[in-house]
Amino acid sequence: MRKYRFWMICVLAVSLFGVACGGGEEAAAPERAAAPEPAPAPAAGSGGITGVITYANGDADTAISMDADPVCVGLNAEGAETQTITGAEGKLANVFVYIKSGLSGSFPVSAEAAVLDQQGCMYAPHVSGVQVGQTVVIRNSDPTLHNVHALPTVNAEFNKGQPFQNMEFEHTFDKSEVMVRFKCDVHPWMSSYMGVVEHPFFAVSADDGSYAIDGVPAGTYTVEAWHETLGTQTMEVTVGDSAVAAASFDFAPAG
Amino acid sequence: MTNAPFYQRGLHRFAVILACCVVFLISAGALVTSTGSGLSVPDWPLSYGSLNPPNWWTISTVRAEHGHRLIAGTVAMMTVLLAVWVGVREERRWVRRLAYLAVAAVLTQALLGGLTVLFFLPTPISVSHAALAEIFLCLTVTLALVTSRWWRAAERERPALAGSPELFRAARLTAILVFAQILLGAVMRHSGAGLAIPDFPLVFGGLFPPHLDFGIAVHYAHRLGAVVVTVAIVVTLIRSRRIGAGGAGLRLLGIALAILVAIQISLGGAVVLTGKATLPNTVHVATGATLLATAVLTTLASWRLGGRRDERLPDGVLVPPQRATAQPNTAGGA
Repeated sequence: MRKYRFWMICVLAVSLFGVACGGGEEAAAPERAAAPEPAPAPAAGSGGITGVITYANGDADTAISMDADPVCVGLNAEGAETQTITGAEGKLANVFVYIKSGLSGSFPVSAEAAVLDQQGCMYAPHVSGVQVGQTVVIRNSDPTLHNVHALPTVNAEFNKGQPFQNMEFEHTFDKSEVMVRFKCDVHPWMSSYMGVVEHPFFAVSADDGSYAIDGVPAGTYTVEAWHETLGTQTMEVTVGDSAVAAASFDFAPAG
Repeated sequence: MTNAPFYQRGLHRFAVILACCVVFLISAGALVTSTGSGLSVPDWPLSYGSLNPPNWWTISTVRAEHGHRLIAGTVAMMTVLLAVWVGVREERRWVRRLAYLAVAAVLTQALLGGLTVLFFLPTPISVSHAALAEIFLCLTVTLALVTSRWWRAAERERPALAGSPELFRAARLTAILVFAQILLGAVMRHSGAGLAIPDFPLVFGGLFPPHLDFGIAVHYAHRLGAVVVTVAIVVTLIRSRRIGAGGAGLRLLGIALAILVAIQISLGGAVVLTGKATLPNTVHVATGATLLATAVLTTLASWRLGGRRDERLPDGVLVPPQRATAQPNTAGGA
């Protein structure tokens, strides 16, 4: 009985030691995304879609408290605001505009990597777009740690740590999804949205509310404009050969 | 082993410290959920690939999650140490098995904690993590009690207080109800239903919710559970007041239960009325754990003092039924 108890105690101790010393995920190791598959012949287009996003409701972004991390406070000595209702007077930035339907054929995946950076404890850009299979480089430019938590509903969710400045990793999305939200659980105010589509015909509105989608083949399309709190709007647009169609959206509530 | 000392003071004190540490650990876990910090450290078992992630102490979310892990690691090591200690020095086999069970519980608990992080906080795993935490607390509280001088003396002398069977039954029911109530609370917390009913003490301005969905149903059940637990504790308190001479400790436990449930209900209200502010939200969980521990102590102590007549004690001693009525104070008859 004494021997039995001795061995039982040893097993318990070794078990705990194993749990305590078990290898963890290499948080700092960059991962290499699969190279984009060779694209079929591109469906070239010479047309375009442009427009302006307006929103004259009068509400504005609010100040962010970054007290959770003194480093973030230091990086934003003059304060920081949310990036939801940005843009010049009556104009709306950070609206993702893309061709939702009407395209035929397939399009080459951009060889240029998209970059999602963490600067000043904010995501930059706040809203962006990539193609399915396009490489996304996610970087931490801050002298503090972040976790990058993607919350897709169609693609696979992931949560990776970037404890040191200038760390980066690459990721590709397998399926189209508008939008994929990113958040940092360390700094709960940090969020970013990325539209993942099969084609390159998307844009994000600038501070003056304007956007431009180039290289669109002639045809009739459904264009959707997405905003993180104001929802979506769609519009039918016909693009002629070498012509630029106008598609402006007003997100102000009706009436 | 049969020559081991009758009462191990150091062992008992260590078991008491461990039980207190488990309450602290549960409180730290509650802080993690109250601040939404559960995924602020994305990897496991290491934290950002390290045991000491950079600046973790200065970043509140990481401090909550990594601090919880460090406390958990310390408690796990203490539990193993206690099991070794008990294994070497304790002659009662059932106590040794209890200590080994505590080790298995804390290791499983660590695994559940890791899984809930790696799988992005799925509700079933998170609720299991919360439930096992309470079971682990019950195990450590039991170990602390059964290694005490009082327990060992009662074991030898086999006293039987009048009213203890009735108190035992009430306390046992209270412990079960408190545990079930904590489970409901865990489901509510981890499914984000904490504010599904936005007012307190009323429910959407009345006594019944106007409609039911999962969140409202769980939240409402938790409130009803609070009423049921309160009734059970009042019964336990009344029965503890009727306990025979020598039951001062049990009377104190009854009072403690009543005070704790009053505090707990107030904290529950504060959680709703403050929109789940971190402080009441965290203390609510800690008080719930303390309430359960107190109910378990009351149950075990009343059992030891003759609460389970006609049943064999773990060491095989048969408590004579007549001992329960042999005391001068017999006011506690049910």
